[in-house]
Amino acid sequence: MLNIFKLAARNLLRYKRRTLLTSMLITLGVVAVLLFISVSGSFKAMMVGQITDSMLGHIQVHKKGYLASMDSLPLNRNLTEKQINKVRQLLESNEAVESYSLRIKLGAMFSNFTETTNIRLNAVTPAAEMATAPLLTGRILKGEKDGLIKPGEILIPELIAKGMKVKVGDAIVLVANNKDGSVNGQTFVVRGILEGISGPGGRDGMIHIDDARSLLRIQGAEISEIAIRLKDIDDLSGVFASLKQELGSIRNKMDRPVFEVHTWEKISPFFNIAKMIDLMTLFIKVMLVAIVLVSIMNVMIMAVFERINEIGTMAAIGTSPAKIMGLFVMEGFLMGILGTALGTVISLVSIYAMNVSQISFDFGRQTGLLLAPTIGSKDVISIVCIVIAIAVLASLQPAWKAARMDPITALRHV
Amino acid sequence: MSVVVAKALKKTYVAGDIKVEAIRGVDFAIEPASFVAFIGPSGSGKSTLLNMIGCLDPPSRGSLEVAGQDISGLSRQEAARFRGEHIGFVFQDFNLIPVLTVFENVEYPLQMVQNWPKAKRQSRVMEMLEAVGMADQAQKKPSQISGGQKQRVAVARALVTNAKLVLADEPTANLDRQTASRIISLMKQMRDEFSTTFVFSTHDPRIVDHVETTFTLEDGRLIRNEIGTGGGHA
Repeated sequence: MLNIFKLAARNLLRYKRRTLLTSMLITLGVVAVLLFISVSGSFKAMMVGQITDSMLGHIQVHKKGYLASMDSLPLNRNLTEKQINKVRQLLESNEAVESYSLRIKLGAMFSNFTETTNIRLNAVTPAAEMATAPLLTGRILKGEKDGLIKPGEILIPELIAKGMKVKVGDAIVLVANNKDGSVNGQTFVVRGILEGISGPGGRDGMIHIDDARSLLRIQGAEISEIAIRLKDIDDLSGVFASLKQELGSIRNKMDRPVFEVHTWEKISPFFNIAKMIDLMTLFIKVMLVAIVLVSIMNVMIMAVFERINEIGTMAAIGTSPAKIMGLFVMEGFLMGILGTALGTVISLVSIYAMNVSQISFDFGRQTGLLLAPTIGSKDVISIVCIVIAIAVLASLQPAWKAARMDPITALRHV
Repeated sequence: MSVVVAKALKKTYVAGDIKVEAIRGVDFAIEPASFVAFIGPSGSGKSTLLNMIGCLDPPSRGSLEVAGQDISGLSRQEAARFRGEHIGFVFQDFNLIPVLTVFENVEYPLQMVQNWPKAKRQSRVMEMLEAVGMADQAQKKPSQISGGQKQRVAVARALVTNAKLVLADEPTANLDRQTASRIISLMKQMRDEFSTTFVFSTHDPRIVDHVETTFTLEDGRLIRNEIGTGGGHA
């Protein structure tokens, strides 16, 4: 093996420029893929983090049919105390769950005493909400952040604050219909202005859950949704599956499921963008495979053609076809290794440089997002393995041709 | 026991509808440690015969024994192994591997074909390089030595595995007169020293003068078998 390695390395050095050019091509491909994965991955992780950590949580539980009619914020599809307790029991016994927040979602009329508009609101228990959506306080643009919200206070979305010319400390009135159709109004003090973000609920205001109960005249512990935060998002599919199975098996008197369970992926449209990013990553990987395949194959075909006489000599003096094949495969393998090693080093240095230079970007209404590309060892190893495997694969055909060459014909070749 | 025994040996090449009989049923035997040449005009079948003896081309009919083994039915892999164990080759164009040094070229069959251990391999290579007078050029690349020196290295490579038989196809064709004479003398010296059989395919009268047996071929037939003194001076 060592002999073949030495001979292959010498053969590559024989055509230094060609080896370098081919390796550079592979290097470029590896750099493009690793940088794309790191930048798109960090963008995706950041956006997913923002969506889940500042609003949705990782998993949400609703009464069956709530999500389909979510636009109208129906109060008649709230979970009852008994149902809430069942979910609580499951969540508290699940070690993967970090926290959960009970929410009432409602629509109301928002009045600053001169103008009126519609507002969508989330009514929450501050401690549980902050534990479930830890980035939420980061969305408070103006006003007190500590403690999130107190009874009698409201966090209003940025757009309404601008449109209605409402400032922190102003008094406003919320008027809402309860589920029986009766109307109730309540005065609130604007505690802060909430930054809008992409996705459902991203432009909702926020009040304390006790205020929602009094405004909607809710008796008991009724809520619209339970947002759940996991200790590790990688456990999402496992926890989701177990919750779905356990809650899905609970049926009402009409033998219909009581609960519906959704991951953030089902709720947020950003999941489609994330899927698109994954698709683009796959496409870039396919391009890399094509680059490596074509460049290595081209070089190895040329190498075999140029060394026909040499192959004949090796075969004549007793080198087995397997060893001749091994020699050319080794040349492709070494070129793959060289290109990949260079590409990986350049990529890691570039990622480090991007992190040091603190590049920021805007996405939708969100400005000044900091690009912090990172790449996992799993991604690096998978790309390295793919490139090297393709390099070997691309060498197989020319190597097989060399191994099958008739020694007499090869020796006669000028 | 003869090193090579051919009986009713035939070789036919088929290209489409055309059949070419390159060797038309020849019988001969080559004795151990002999210096033998196949001579004849171009197209007479010399190289074909040498290729068959060298397990590079299988016979179409007849039997061919080399080093006591019938080689007519060997597979590609078996033929390669047989060549590596029993046969050395010296080519008209020297055919050294350009990326390897003189030492490594001679070492190649021991390392890549016979898998000798390193220490044994290195002493054997140096022994052969000293025998052909190339020990002082061991670290040079083929591009840094002359044609005659290349052929010396090729002879060392052919003999390094203790081959019973060395096949040399026009080994002096690309050498000047003086160098060719030295190479012939070297090969004869090697024959004497290592008791290796040398079989040539040649037009070169200087080789013919030195061989002990000449087989003359014409149109694929063996027309003459002469046993000479082999004592000519190059």
